[in-house]
Parts: sequence; C-alpha cells; structure tokens
Amino acid sequence: MTSRTVNMKELSQIEKDAVKDLLFRIADDDLILGHRNSEWTGIGPILEEDIAFSSMAQDKLGYAQAYYTILNEMGEADPDTLAFNRSGTGEVNEKLYKCCHFTEYPIGEYDFSLMRHFLFYYSEAIRMEMLMHSTFEPLANLAKKFRGEIRYHIMHAHTWIKQLGHGSEESRARMQSALNECMPLALGIFEQSEYEDTLIEGGIFPGEDKLKEVWLEQITPVIAESALEMPDVNTIEVSNGGRKGFHTEYLKPLLEEMTEVYRIDPEAEW
Amino acid sequence: MSLKSLDPRVTRLGIPEEQELKTEKSPLDQWQTYEVFTQAKTGAHHTHVGSLHAPNDEMAYILAKEQFGRRSKVTSLWVAKTAFFVTAENDDELFARNDEKMYREAGGFKVMDRINEFKAKVKSEKSKE
Repeated sequence: MTSRTVNMKELSQIEKDAVKDLLFRIADDDLILGHRNSEWTGIGPILEEDIAFSSMAQDKLGYAQAYYTILNEMGEADPDTLAFNRSGTGEVNEKLYKCCHFTEYPIGEYDFSLMRHFLFYYSEAIRMEMLMHSTFEPLANLAKKFRGEIRYHIMHAHTWIKQLGHGSEESRARMQSALNECMPLALGIFEQSEYEDTLIEGGIFPGEDKLKEVWLEQITPVIAESALEMPDVNTIEVSNGGRKGFHTEYLKPLLEEMTEVYRIDPEAEW
Repeated sequence: MSLKSLDPRVTRLGIPEEQELKTEKSPLDQWQTYEVFTQAKTGAHHTHVGSLHAPNDEMAYILAKEQFGRRSKVTSLWVAKTAFFVTAENDDELFARNDEKMYREAGGFKVMDRINEFKAKVKSEKSKE
C-alpha cells in the first residue's frame, strides 16, 4: 500500500468511479440491512435484546447516511434522494442498488437474523479496519469514527453466537442450520467489482478477495468455539449478482415499503 | 415464616412459604436480573442506573451497554447479579429518624453562619481596595 493520502479532487477519473462504486456497495448494504434489522423493533425475543438490536440497526443507517454524504460531495444526489429516490423519478428501481443478496433476505426467525448479524458484522468490521488505512482520506476518517461502535457490534454478535452454540440441543441445531443457510449468501458479500484493481493499486481498499480471506480467518475460530461446524466454503454456490444490480425478489418490496412515505411528498420538511 | 430467596427483592415481598403458586413456571422461564452501574466520566463514581434480565455475566454486559449506554456519555459500565446485593428486611424501620438527634445531621452544625460571615467580610474588604 502506498503512503500517499488523497482527497476527492486528487482522485483520477477511474479512481473516482471506483470509490463511488465501493461507497454505493457498502452504503446500500448498511441501508438495506439496517432497515431489515429494524423490523425486529418491538418484536425482539426479549426487551433487552430488542433495544440492543434496534440500536445497532440505527447505527447502520447512520453509516449509510455518512457514505451517501461522501457520494453527495462527489457529485451524486443528496443522501435522502440516494436512499429513497435513487431513480430520481419517484419510481422504485431496485437495479440501481448495489447491496448484496444477504442483506435483502427477510428477517426470518431470530436464528437467521442473528447469524446474518454475526457473519455480516464481522465483514463490516474488517472492512472498516482496512478502510482506516485507506489513502482516500474521507473514507479513512469515517472508518476511524465508527470504530468503537463496530467493536460493540462484534462483541454483541460473538457473545450471542457462543451463547446459543452452547445453549440447548435445540439452540445449537438452530444456529447450525442458520449458519448453513447463511453461508452461500454471506459469501456474496465479497462479489468482485469491475474496479478491484483500481482500488488495490490506488491503496484505497485492499479488495474483496483480501477481505474474504481475513473474514474466514476470523470467523472460523468463533464458529468452532461456539460448537458449530463450518460449512465447506469451497463447494458452496455463492449468491452473487447484487453488486451488479441483480437482486432477489425480496429487495423491491422492501424498497417500496421503505420509500412509501417519502414518495407521497418528497419535498416535505421533517 | 416467609420465603427466603437470594434475590433481596423477593425476600422483601414477604411471600408465605406455604402458599401454592397458581401456575407452574418452567425453570428457564425468566432469566435472572442484573444491576447496572455506569460512570459518566473517568474518575467519577459508578452510579446505579437500573436492572435488566440476562442469562449470564457476559450477556448482561453486552445487553446493558445498549440499554444504559446509548443515551448519554458513559465511560465505564459495571453489571452484577441482583442476588449479590445484601439488604435487610424492612430496612426502612432500621433507618427511621429520631427527631431528637438533629445534632447528628450535617445540617445541624452552626458553621455555615460563620463561613458566610467570613465570606462577606472578605468581599467587603476587597470592594474597599
């Protein structure tokens, strides 16, 4: 990695496109998963967990907003428009979003939501750790700012997985089947973009392959410690496509619901 | 004879031992409770902020963090099982006040008058200068 740091003006055109693509991917992940996880608000398994999970969902929406703000400074629309009216026409067009399939899936039962929370948050924490060293200053600064919060997210996820892995026979079985169900989707987080080389060469981000490698290194011991069995990631058919705008059937209804109020009157002051 | 429990709040309720419970609760129906203490700034006292349910210490800590640490600044957090806190039955009786012992109250010392007198003196001397 080079020792240079760059601000927005100093990026080359292709680097600008690469950064925007990266920002859209991670911002959309946070927006969609933040929205999904907030669906647990009020119906969480216990009051204390309901509050913690909702609070973390809100944190994710905060990250999305921060990433959209950088995009806005790079010439894209304002954060609200990017989140709620991406097409600019008031019509929902899910193809314009770059979130991975994993974030789109319905909340299911709490075992699925918790396992997704664990697998996704680890990838997010590692990504942030990597972005802290990014040559692109605005992103490095954001990553440093969110560091503490992310540490808590990881601690929360880790503790729950360990707890339920060692709970009853039922809790262990449910976590194992959630893990098996999640893994093909989770691997879709690391779908390559067309800008991988630009990001790596510019020292902006070490790339999805590197992220996946570190992620596997970190989650494997936690899964073992939780008495769960790691699926063979080499034989799994990965759920790719989200990063290129090809989504599951679940994204469009989510976006329609999420933007319903906004679309009634986009000019309304809140 | 009333029911003795590790949880002081149960003991304080004075539930008769013989009383039959109307519904059988399974052992894992409710988690135990924890008491939570937070510190507002480094060096300050940890203050009791409330209680919560958790199955063990580790879970109590992570649940308490969002429960009591998300609204205002917190620099450190403690959790401890409610059952670890010691109290006495009817402790309000123990602490009943005897009005004849006013001299024991800090407010009973007649020193504030002298302090205020001194302060006024210093102030008036300063204004003369």
